[in-house]
Amino acid sequence: MYSVHEICRERSRQFPKGFSHFIKRASMDFELTRQQKLARKIAREFAERELAPHAQQWDEEMTFPSEALKKMGPLGFMGISIPKQYEGAGLDGISYVLIIEELARCCASTAIIVSVHNSVGAYPIYALGNEQQKQKYLPDLCSGRKLGAFALTEPNAGSDPASLETMAEPCGDHFLLNGVKTFITSGSTCDTVIVMAATKREKKSRGITAFIVERGTPGFSVGAKENKLGIRASDTCELIFENCRIPAENVLGEVGAGLTAALGALTFGRVGVGAQALGVARCAMEECVRYSQERKQFGKPLASFQALQWMIADMATQIEAARMLIFKAAWLKDNGKPFAAEASMAKLYASETAMNTATKAVQIHGGYGCMKDYKVERCFRDAKVIEIYEGTSEIQRLIIARNTIK
Amino acid sequence: MSTIFQDLVDTLRKSTLHFADTKKLMNTLNIIVTIKQVPDTAEVRIDPKTNSLMREGVPSIINPEDRNALEAALALREAHDGTVTALSMGPPQARDALEEALCMGADLAVLLSDRAFAGADTLITAFTLSRAIMKIAKYDLILCGRQAIDGDTAQVGPQIAGFLDLPQVTYAEGLELKKGGSLIVQRGLEDSNQWVQVKLPALITVTGRINHPRYPNLYNVADSCDDAKIKIWTAKDLQLPQAMLGLGASPTTVKKIFEPDRKMKGEMIPGDERQMAEALITKLKEMHVI
Repeated sequence: MYSVHEICRERSRQFPKGFSHFIKRASMDFELTRQQKLARKIAREFAERELAPHAQQWDEEMTFPSEALKKMGPLGFMGISIPKQYEGAGLDGISYVLIIEELARCCASTAIIVSVHNSVGAYPIYALGNEQQKQKYLPDLCSGRKLGAFALTEPNAGSDPASLETMAEPCGDHFLLNGVKTFITSGSTCDTVIVMAATKREKKSRGITAFIVERGTPGFSVGAKENKLGIRASDTCELIFENCRIPAENVLGEVGAGLTAALGALTFGRVGVGAQALGVARCAMEECVRYSQERKQFGKPLASFQALQWMIADMATQIEAARMLIFKAAWLKDNGKPFAAEASMAKLYASETAMNTATKAVQIHGGYGCMKDYKVERCFRDAKVIEIYEGTSEIQRLIIARNTIK
Repeated sequence: MSTIFQDLVDTLRKSTLHFADTKKLMNTLNIIVTIKQVPDTAEVRIDPKTNSLMREGVPSIINPEDRNALEAALALREAHDGTVTALSMGPPQARDALEEALCMGADLAVLLSDRAFAGADTLITAFTLSRAIMKIAKYDLILCGRQAIDGDTAQVGPQIAGFLDLPQVTYAEGLELKKGGSLIVQRGLEDSNQWVQVKLPALITVTGRINHPRYPNLYNVADSCDDAKIKIWTAKDLQLPQAMLGLGASPTTVKKIFEPDRKMKGEMIPGDERQMAEALITKLKEMHVI
């Protein structure tokens, strides 16, 4: 292996003057841009002041953080990566993951609401919608006046979305939507939801179409709100469609191309979920660092015991590795390169890092770690949910394997 | 001291840079806000061995009361039209604070950054800032935070007013712009409020009680990092000689920094509830508190 310096030296020998750009490109830049640093700072300050003080109560009481979200809209949190012409903040993918990480560090529930809204509630309309749909929906979504959701999962179609049973039958200039969606984030609070439904069942995955469904459409109702293990402040609901008439102009993308679209949207969403996991892991580790310096046993702070130092060293290493995977995936997206496998790696590794870190964090806190008064208890429950939603660890491994074993 | 001050004032008066035109006023309101980048004192720790502040790795923030000044400026601009310019002096990384000010909504930022400025005390800082304000030239109002959390001197604002020969009102907790170019300022004094009317241009220092500063906005991130939004001026841009700048020109020297002894001591009153209450009432009466 050559070091970067050696490669540079080698290149400078190979190329005459005027090829200096080759040399420059041989180095990697781990430095965030000024914009990215500023975006992270803004998100950190907001999260520490507006989310952290309430996160425990919201979790305990399953309170949807509507007040915080109301403040976040005008600040640009609800259309992070969508261009300014549609009232988005127009930031890049790296800024996006930095922001989600900072939010999750203080409140994982708010982070998921924001990340679902951004990545699968609003972004698909920007990526796949026609100009009319963009003009109609994006300004309200990006400015936070309206909240977006995404409905793919069904009682019998989770990891295998192609087997979904919700039907959309063409009926003049409308489609008649019938079926049930389950575990829908922001289900009871959303204003628009992108619904996946089969328009041609026999075609399986090629017969699925995406629809923009507005709240209040007759035949669209919201079922029970789930009482969850973690991420409790986000509302997760069942959506029921009974002869719900959706105008044909609300078809997002092409008829029959919905699943490809859905999976495309979920791909970047996964990087965001990885960032959310990273935030939870950081929160758990920071709590351990603080606690282990304050708490004394056998006359010494916990942090002076090697058994605990090793746990914290593992946390720090895994967190750094997860961060690199997330940045890499976001960087690939920003540069228009394929990133499906990297997105899955980022989500898989970061969510398992969150779980590992939170498990050890509870262990370090001992009895206190099992108490609701301590943040690590919440991190532990939140981390478990993140390992499952937006593609379980197993599905991520499946995607990675398919991309590796060709 | 007075001769040093006079020399500095003379330098400013003689300069080719001009004072603001006091006659032009009020269709739009042009405001300059001074911003200091300070270490976040909530994160500063004291080295137990040396008793000195450990600033390494401590995040820097906009001085809290400067943020209040900026919020006051932005609110005035929104109500009356005009511009807000954020002005800071510091090392190159002070640009971060100005970017944040732009993200909150300032229109333009100026950073005075030059090795020659380093180590300035409050007088020379105020002198340098005054010179920059003269270079900006177009202003109706200067807003400053009352004091910085790292130095707590509360001197720079009033000194700028001195150099620029402007009326000043300190400890503002409320501002109201009147027709005809004057400002009603509510001053928060120790045990009372005072309302002062001042004609613009003027300099006002504000306290943390004046408002709740807004958050910086993600919508402004891209613009705020644009080089065109932040002017960086050196000693040469201000046409000032090295001898009048920085540590060398500063008449103040800090001899020692220490944590004050806490002379107030608590006193435990023994006894049962009744005895304790009676003893407490007697004591408070002795002290003429009740």
